Amino acid sequence: MPILQDALQAVMKKAIALAPDSFIPGGKPDPLIRHKHGLIGASVNRIDGPLKVSGQATFAAEFPMQNMVYAALKYSTIARGRIVDIDTSAAESALGVVLVMTYRNAPRLKPMPPFMSQPKAAGGDDVPIMQDDQIHWNGQPVALVLAGTQEEADHAQSLIRVTYEAGADGVTSLAKAKANGSEPGLFQGEPLKLEIKDAEAMLAAAPHKVDVRYTTPRHNHNPIELHAATLYWEGDRLRIHDTVQAVAHEAWTLAHVFDIPEEHVRVTSPYVGGGFGSKTLWQHQVLAAAASRLAGRPVRVMLSREGVFRIVGGRTITEQRVAIGAQEDGSFDALIHTGTVAMTPHNNMPEPFILPARSAYASKSFLLDVETVKMNMTANTFMRAPGEAVGTFGLECAIDELAHAMGMDPIELRLKNEPEKDPTTGLPFSQRGVDQAWKDGRERFGWDKRKAPGALRDGDWLVGMGCATGTYPYYRMPGGAARLTLSREGRATVGIAAHEMGMGTSTAQTQIAAERLGLPMEAITFNYADTDLPGIVLAGGSQQTAAIGAAVIAAHHKLVEELLKLAGNDSPLAGLKPDEVGGLDGGLCALEDESRCESYASILSRAQQDKVTVEAEAPMPLELQHWSMHSHSALFCEVRVNTVTGEVRVSRFLGSFDCGRIINAKTAASQFRGGIIMGLGLALMEESQFDERTGRIMNPSLAEYHVPVHLDVPEIDVMWTDEPDPHTPMGARGVGEIGITGVGAAVANAIFNATGKRVRDLPITLDRLL
Amino acid sequence: MTPFLYERATDAQTALALGSRDGARYLAGGTNLVDLMRETIERPEILVDVAGLFDQIEDTDEGSLRIGAGVKNTGLAADRRVRERFPMLSQAILAGASAQIRNVATVGGNLLQRTRCGYFYDDAARCNKREASAGCDAVEGFNRNHAILGASKACVATHPSDMAVALAALDAVVNIESQDGHRSIPLVDFHVLPGETPQIETVLRRGELIAGVTVAPNGIAARSRYRKVRDRASYAFALISVAAGLEMDGGVIKDVRIALGGVAHKPWRAIIAEAALKGGPPTRAAFEEAAEAELAAARGLRDNAFKIELARRVIVDTLSKLADQGVR
Ligand SMILES: Cc1cc2nc3c(=O)[nH]c(=O)nc-3n(C[C@H](O)[C@H](O)[C@H](O)COP(=O)(O)OP(=O)(O)OC[C@H]3O[C@@H](n4cnc5c(N)ncnc54)[C@H](O)[C@@H]3O)c2cc1C
Ligand code: SF4
Repeated sequence: MPILQDALQAVMKKAIALAPDSFIPGGKPDPLIRHKHGLIGASVNRIDGPLKVSGQATFAAEFPMQNMVYAALKYSTIARGRIVDIDTSAAESALGVVLVMTYRNAPRLKPMPPFMSQPKAAGGDDVPIMQDDQIHWNGQPVALVLAGTQEEADHAQSLIRVTYEAGADGVTSLAKAKANGSEPGLFQGEPLKLEIKDAEAMLAAAPHKVDVRYTTPRHNHNPIELHAATLYWEGDRLRIHDTVQAVAHEAWTLAHVFDIPEEHVRVTSPYVGGGFGSKTLWQHQVLAAAASRLAGRPVRVMLSREGVFRIVGGRTITEQRVAIGAQEDGSFDALIHTGTVAMTPHNNMPEPFILPARSAYASKSFLLDVETVKMNMTANTFMRAPGEAVGTFGLECAIDELAHAMGMDPIELRLKNEPEKDPTTGLPFSQRGVDQAWKDGRERFGWDKRKAPGALRDGDWLVGMGCATGTYPYYRMPGGAARLTLSREGRATVGIAAHEMGMGTSTAQTQIAAERLGLPMEAITFNYADTDLPGIVLAGGSQQTAAIGAAVIAAHHKLVEELLKLAGNDSPLAGLKPDEVGGLDGGLCALEDESRCESYASILSRAQQDKVTVEAEAPMPLELQHWSMHSHSALFCEVRVNTVTGEVRVSRFLGSFDCGRIINAKTAASQFRGGIIMGLGLALMEESQFDERTGRIMNPSLAEYHVPVHLDVPEIDVMWTDEPDPHTPMGARGVGEIGITGVGAAVANAIFNATGKRVRDLPITLDRLL
Repeated sequence: MTPFLYERATDAQTALALGSRDGARYLAGGTNLVDLMRETIERPEILVDVAGLFDQIEDTDEGSLRIGAGVKNTGLAADRRVRERFPMLSQAILAGASAQIRNVATVGGNLLQRTRCGYFYDDAARCNKREASAGCDAVEGFNRNHAILGASKACVATHPSDMAVALAALDAVVNIESQDGHRSIPLVDFHVLPGETPQIETVLRRGELIAGVTVAPNGIAARSRYRKVRDRASYAFALISVAAGLEMDGGVIKDVRIALGGVAHKPWRAIIAEAALKGGPPTRAAFEEAAEAELAAARGLRDNAFKIELARRVIVDTLSKLADQGVR
């Protein structure tokens, strides 16, 4: 940091004007967008890094508490039916046991409103939680034990004997689910189906076409930190130390479940050891809180790895059809992306795999549709780029197939179909530089050295190159709000109920606040993930950077208004309006005349105030109604495929990104790389073994559920256009999810180029290449 | 985990006395046994910790290497004598598990590690190995890691060890101690096929303690290799592995060793293929014929039929490369 600071001192600094707090057409862009020499874009180390590597960061399962007991859950072993008998006597008399809770003695609880059913709903599923004898999926919690140690609780749990009666209406096979009929998929309340002209007819008439089917398997969430919470009650107030990416949503939903006022639930989540969409509200927090109430003791619940597989949802199975009809020059006449996903009766998250096809390419006609069928399984949920991660697999492989069939370079085919405006909504793009990403990446990767399929061999290994587009939208959800406090010593505190899951949010937001206020990073404290702070900020949809950014901009306005009032007529700033001043060197300066300045300390001293605190709400995300806002990547992959064994090794990977302005080069690069690594797993090995006879996941451990190990991951090169989006705070779009999108296709396309074999089902294990 | 009594044995005699009681089990590195105890698949009443015993690697007067059961996998793989005389053994160990696991896992524990069959690991599933006559959910379930050779209707599980495959190819002998004295069993006869009694996995009797394995010198070291094929680059069990070695005499195969991993309830010594090759020329055609002969009895299940072709390819390719390579 000091080195960086020194370097910054060397360049001439300019006062930074206040950002507009709206992003409507005609509005002025955020001045930070053009600000080139400050903290924005710099490679800044994570401020939480030293704490984490030295073991000083306290995670949810590490909060010490007087008189605390440990929870263990027992999970059902059938998918649908009822509990005939549950014998808890041995467990109750086991050493250290404080409570055994089943549906017979659990307190009355309302079901959790599931995600997206209401603005602050955060429930993974909406079945009654230990309220009756009904079983809805294989792995549903049927009993909870509290004991003095985790080992005692685990042991007692194993002594509970449950007798079940299977229900005739259980559905654990996809074939049976389909036979029961499908329903149109809804996403965020809107139907996913979209038709523009008669795509089937235009496909039939097109001179060139592909019409192919792809499948992707179930995936389970496996953040390295297990789901856990430490909690207690004070009267009817619930306090939770959780690991969660939605504190405000969790508090609202728990209040609903326990029928208490929302303000009575306080959730904090200072550190999250990976979330990826999984660290939300599942039954374990509700059951632990219910048991804590019954036992009158603080409770710690930490799921086992198996427990995470049993009750935390993952990505569901998809079957996709992609059909593209093209003219001789490659321009698309028809783009069809349809298919089926499995869901449960108790949630509403279809895997919206058609989202990329809505805006990635121009086409004269479209048919996009996701049908859902219902199965008895753990409620599927958001998993890094839900929809896009697997949707880009089908779409981007099909484009590669078409390019091959037409004898065209797949990059040329993509650029040929680059739309001028959003092809399905007609909205202008806020900023779109995917063509630049392709050009930059193609050169850096050496794409022109690519050979015909099967033509390059190195000993036993066939070598090939593939490419794909990745895409993820810009989101900004309503509800952002921030508190800003400035002290006489020139220290500022930003408070917002947003989240840090290790991706660098607190670091990036500290950089931004420092830059806006004209303070060094050391003078900024960023407080987050606490329901006592303002804002309803989901760490999802890669929206946090924008959501926090917009809220802080609004609060900054208020702060400067307040400061100018306090400065009064004796200040060099007298008479200036908020948009005529900017932050510089620990104070405010007139934008037009940087000799007219007054430090924050001086303003507050004269006003005899220790600090100023303001709070403001972000404006509604109107920008999303005026522009089509999407990030993109151009991905390049080189693979080696063993001719004897079919083993695949990814030998090179380059991601060239167009995601607006990059706030922190280091943390952004890590997000891109992390996403790509997760994508390599999706391409080559990740798969939940869901036994269709029983609905049970048979590989609930990291020994058998494969994710890439170090040796599976080559050097990953990343680059970005850094072209700001004029219609977002800081010119940035999120970078959390884009990394995984397109990777499955880039790998599959490289395998095709190496071997001439097209594998359309993930994961691409070696038997598919023998 | 079910509560148990823990005792540490400071010498072999004490270990045997403690280990011969009802409900007693030996504990070495614990990387397999403790995992299974956590899942309540194993529920020993008494654990007799033998981790510190038999932890030497010694040369014998006959020029063999006697490897103690308590030698850590990492130490064995790194031993200079092993790397020079039995390189495939070192390669096999390093191809297994992770560095952290190998640092505590022992030779004895590695030989006695249990199958990775997912249904064996889940007490909600039916498994004959866990409970006699319960049925076998793997036969028609997920069986990618399961056997293609020597399986029975009762059980189609595989033995997951890499080390044991190399030891099978090396004609290792297992040294066993009991309160009645010692006995030695060739490694290839130590593990057994499942038959109707899949709960029986080795010929070890109750209370018996493995003291170690002895490996005699051979002429294949210069042309030998352990090759493992798996679902990711590291830290995965073998789909197929081959421990192979050739000793050439002019243009004729003087000695050949082939053992397969990931194919059966035990490390599979390919005696049919070996017999077909011995005394013949080291040609690709001969290797192909030998592999076919060995795999003639192989049967695929729902998910693992590809392993028959994979095994054939890996056997032929490994032997061909050994035949082609100059002697180091
Ligand atoms: C995630 C994971 C991945 C793995 N991957 C691989 C792999 O790729 N390849 C591979 O080969 N292995 C792999 N392993 C298995 C590993 O090699 C074994 O767990 C290990 O070798 C067992 O040794 P241990 O000393 O820990 O045995 P323990 O767990 O202590 O004991 C295992 C069994 O041996 C018995 N035992 C131990 N010593 C003696 C003795 N002297 N006499 C009699 N009985 C004894 C015990 O009673 C117990 O039944 C993996 C394990 C894990 C957890
Ligand atoms: S294969 Fe063997 S270990 Fe697996 S379930 Fe069947 S009997 Fe049990």
